[in-house]
Amino acid sequence: MSKYLASRLLQTIPTVFLVTVAVFLMLHLTPGDPAEVFLGDKRSTPELLEKVREDMGLNRPLHIQYLSYMSAALRGDLGRSLQTNVPVMDQILTRLPWTIELAAAALLLAACVGVTVGIIAALRHNTVIDTLAMAFALVGISMPVYWSSLLLILLFAVRLRLLPAIGQGGLERLILPATALALVSAGSLARMVRSSMLEVLNQDFVLTARAKGVTERLVVVRHVLRNALIPVVTILGLMLGNMLSGAVITETIFARLGIGQKYVEAVLQKDFTMVQGTTLFIALMYVFVNIVVDMIYAFVDPRIRYV
Amino acid sequence: MSEIAALDQVGQRQWRRFARRFLRSRNVMAGSLVLLAVITLVALAPAISPYEPTQQFRRHRLEPPSADFLLGTDNLGRDILTRILYGGQVSLQVGIVSVAIGATLGTLLGLLAGYLGGWADVLIMRFIDMMLAFPGILLALVIIAVLGRNLQNVMIAVGLSSIPVYTRVVRGSTLALKQVDFIVAAQALGGSSARIMARHILPNVLAPIIVVATNGVAGAIIAGAALSFLGLGQQPPDPEWGLMLNEGREFIRVAAWVTTYPGLAIMITVLSINLLGDGLRDILDPRLKL
Repeated sequence: MSKYLASRLLQTIPTVFLVTVAVFLMLHLTPGDPAEVFLGDKRSTPELLEKVREDMGLNRPLHIQYLSYMSAALRGDLGRSLQTNVPVMDQILTRLPWTIELAAAALLLAACVGVTVGIIAALRHNTVIDTLAMAFALVGISMPVYWSSLLLILLFAVRLRLLPAIGQGGLERLILPATALALVSAGSLARMVRSSMLEVLNQDFVLTARAKGVTERLVVVRHVLRNALIPVVTILGLMLGNMLSGAVITETIFARLGIGQKYVEAVLQKDFTMVQGTTLFIALMYVFVNIVVDMIYAFVDPRIRYV
Repeated sequence: MSEIAALDQVGQRQWRRFARRFLRSRNVMAGSLVLLAVITLVALAPAISPYEPTQQFRRHRLEPPSADFLLGTDNLGRDILTRILYGGQVSLQVGIVSVAIGATLGTLLGLLAGYLGGWADVLIMRFIDMMLAFPGILLALVIIAVLGRNLQNVMIAVGLSSIPVYTRVVRGSTLALKQVDFIVAAQALGGSSARIMARHILPNVLAPIIVVATNGVAGAIIAGAALSFLGLGQQPPDPEWGLMLNEGREFIRVAAWVTTYPGLAIMITVLSINLLGDGLRDILDPRLKL
């Protein structure tokens, strides 16, 4: 296990390096001089530009700039927002909990619904129930999160007046955005669980268990589920990625002051330091989460460790 | 020569078998019929839409569906049906162009990584890993932040961010193919790498590419509309499905039709493409699970 862990971590080093380089270069890849980008629409004189270049260290060689950016980043300093002059890291940390709350709730919901629907569909293979379950999954996958969000607002906030449409804090403000965010993942999860269950149901050891006279209920719980849910772990990381990117949209619609909403705002306002810092933060967080997911996978499925 | 003729016959037989299964699959038929209807309506927009997409009827703002305005009007008194038809041209274009960009580049990288192996493989796959560190629409957002926001950049951004899927699928299939006798024979006969990749490997990895690309169009339409929804793609007053949803959002309490119909258009289109894609996967490549 520790050998697998080591090799997995080793593999991550080049990824992390490339991510930091790409994010660092972002600013230099934008059309025009970064100093001009920084000054934006403000009237810029050549003297001012030169001063900004000097302040930003843009006159230094690129690799030196990269090193100083990274050494600051490692100390938790991602620069200041061009719009508000607040440290980027502070902004991220104040907003992160709201995004984590939303993503966690959506993940939980998607897991419960997706796994249940998938199991039921597989156990009732080729019946009306199966067809309905898969129709639900297909609709879930085909429903853009911005549309499902608006439909949920329309139904539960405008028509039924059961839940608040916007804002954050408290369970009643979490239900709608989490449901919208969970829908896509629930759909793909249901499909995955179903096909994985069907595969395991055809295995010899299931036949053996049945032949021994084990009750169908025990066969499913003890033998089928335990094996069928293993591959599901692999898409956990992918789902979390969906949650993070979906949060960009749901937070904007439901006016939740999370990291995704800030991100869109920063892109729209051309707040490049904010975009740069947030991108780096999210990407590294995502890489880390995927390592954890791989660890879980290796833990629940010993076969992986020896590959 | 007779061997080539025989091979041709095999090809024809396979093609016929594919056509038969294509016509028999309920998913594929339902998906392609609906999709065909959507494409026809959207393509005929100038001929069948009652008004101009930016034409404003100031006295008919936020009117519910009626005989004059079949799907109602928006806050500027523009006909929603007309805007959906014209907006569909943009959304479909985004879907197809982005997939063309992503599939071409992704396939190329996958072929190179899988066939050449060694350093090329390591470099390409590390690059792909780097791209995968930016989940979902985030990569597209980063690219738009760098390139600037407009429709053309949306297609580039969505296209580039879909590269990893194709690279992974093509690389996997190429690795498996490399061991097969006819590739080894082609190498022994002195075929250049480029020639072997283009003539022998590519045709044999097309099936999974087609499957991934079909569902990819659906994903690209959703992503493209999402970017326009966020204000990063199509700019007003021109219509686009995502943009229309965003414009209608403000009025959802008083005029739900402004948002529900464009959303329905996206969903019907995406649903039909996904149906088609699922059916194609069952026919072409049952092992591919996505």
